[in-house]
Amino acid sequence: MKPFTTLTSIVAPLPRDNVDTDAIIPSCEMTSTSKTGLAVGLFAPWRYINSAARTPNPNFVLNQPEYHGAQILASGANFGCGSSREHAVWALAEYGISCVIAESFAPIFYNNCIRNGIAPIALPRTVIGTLAGGAATVDLAAQTVNGHAFDIEAEAKMMLLEGLDAIDLTLKHRDATAAWQARDRAARPWIYLEKHP
Amino acid sequence: MIAIDRIFLHERTGAAALNSMASANRAVVDPTRVFAVMDHIVDTRPGRGDETMMPGGDTFITETRAACHAAGITLFDVNDPDQGITHVISPELGIVLPGCTFVAPDSHTCTQGAFGALAWGIGSSEAEHAMATGTLRVAKPKTMRVTFSGKLTARVTAKDMILHLLADHGAGGGKGYVVEFAGEAITALDMEARMTLCNMATELAAFSGIIAPDAATLDYLKGRRYVPDPLPDWGDLRSDDGALFDCEINIDASAIEPMVSWGTSPSHSISLLGTVPDNADVKALAYMGLTTGQRLADLAIDVAFIGSCTNSRISDLRRAATLVKSKKVAEGVLALVIPGSSSVKRAAEAEGLDKIFTDAGFEWRESGCSLCFFAGGESFPPGSRVISSTNRNFEGRQGPGIRTHIASPEVVAASAIAGKITVP
Repeated sequence: MKPFTTLTSIVAPLPRDNVDTDAIIPSCEMTSTSKTGLAVGLFAPWRYINSAARTPNPNFVLNQPEYHGAQILASGANFGCGSSREHAVWALAEYGISCVIAESFAPIFYNNCIRNGIAPIALPRTVIGTLAGGAATVDLAAQTVNGHAFDIEAEAKMMLLEGLDAIDLTLKHRDATAAWQARDRAARPWIYLEKHP
Repeated sequence: MIAIDRIFLHERTGAAALNSMASANRAVVDPTRVFAVMDHIVDTRPGRGDETMMPGGDTFITETRAACHAAGITLFDVNDPDQGITHVISPELGIVLPGCTFVAPDSHTCTQGAFGALAWGIGSSEAEHAMATGTLRVAKPKTMRVTFSGKLTARVTAKDMILHLLADHGAGGGKGYVVEFAGEAITALDMEARMTLCNMATELAAFSGIIAPDAATLDYLKGRRYVPDPLPDWGDLRSDDGALFDCEINIDASAIEPMVSWGTSPSHSISLLGTVPDNADVKALAYMGLTTGQRLADLAIDVAFIGSCTNSRISDLRRAATLVKSKKVAEGVLALVIPGSSSVKRAAEAEGLDKIFTDAGFEWRESGCSLCFFAGGESFPPGSRVISSTNRNFEGRQGPGIRTHIASPEVVAASAIAGKITVP
């Protein structure tokens, strides 16, 4: 996974609360079992006047010339709520969005971002208002956006900064996990199942 | 790191996760504790096979089947007698147990917190992590207790309780918390109603919902296929007396009224006797074709839909059936019942509920997630106003331009007969 360290980009404003993952990528745009080929469906209901014909909606922020190539999206509270579909994050990443700044994030979407190298940054609404539409520099190590400090959980920060794969990281503890499980099998035998016919 | 006891996949994301693991040469660490079902894309029309109304849907089904077989995962396939919606069949089969950790790449996994399990929805990468390592890396969630004191009045259901909570505290009101539902009105709920309540904890942006297991929980589980016999001694799985929560909310259950959503978030909900609030979100009003101050009762509907992991279990169907028995669906209204599982369908047919619904003019289908969301295949006529027993009323959730009002199955049934949103 590509490490996320610093990023400078124009900030595309999407000033809505509760942007759900059905809006980020509708179920009908998830047409294969692949993690790619999803960028075209990103924000399809808002981005296109006619989704089937892919007729761009000129009023949608990402269709406006000043936001072409924007890598930072700014939105309201509870961004990414709804369905757990990781396709929402894959679509954002494939489109070129590397950072979402929002007042808050839904928890599953937040974790999906961390697993895919997208920085989900929570800032107060008033600060987001000053960033939206302009250029911003995110410095993850310093935990600032244009000098405004933000909080991020330590492990999430490390995973992003180093571009770590969570599974590889956890598999380093394979022996400890196996030892724990051997003890657990004795303590909670009811958890363990035999293959059912 | 937290050990993961149960993992459940479906065909929407199962193949993607398993194929990705296979291409990284990663094996499922314990396939006996991983399950999968065809529920999200599978057709619900009678006589179904792998072909779906969703273009290309058969690929999801065949790839998931192949990947599950290759990994040695127990699969409840399209026409398996135990097929059904994940969060309906997992409890039916006793796959979820009190005190276990349970994850699925599906946001409504919190449904199963009704059994005193820590059950939560994850993404595909996390599902791969859980399968490959038997663990997940989890930041310890904050704790919230929502206490419903007093008794519900007649005609008020678990669906109304959760919509009431959402209306009061918003779609981010439980952000990141494990929400314990407690109090007299919770312990009075049967297990299916508890599942309805916990199902929508995710609509509060909660990490999950959970209810302390009690005698009703054990009675429900006893004898189910994956439940040990005799029942294990789970001890006293409940919050300690005097336990401190990061947040506490108290609700008077007797003050809750039948609810319905007016907007495009489940938190956009009001009493069926009330009116659209003055401060209603303008974009939501425009999408829904409503104005502030408008009553929802008596609003004409085009479709009435009973189904989904929220409200499709046998008790839901029984209650809805009593309201449609010997009556007819209003002219011009499309009405459907999609049982939550093949087992619920058989039980309903044994009781004659299917006949009650079809005599009234409802369609009676096979089990699946179906029209709860639009996958590109089946939908309702463009612009339809739908009264729906589901959990999400997002823009376009049930199809482009479809206007969804979520409510209890009772409200859906009564509205189907009246042709307009109606208090049951």
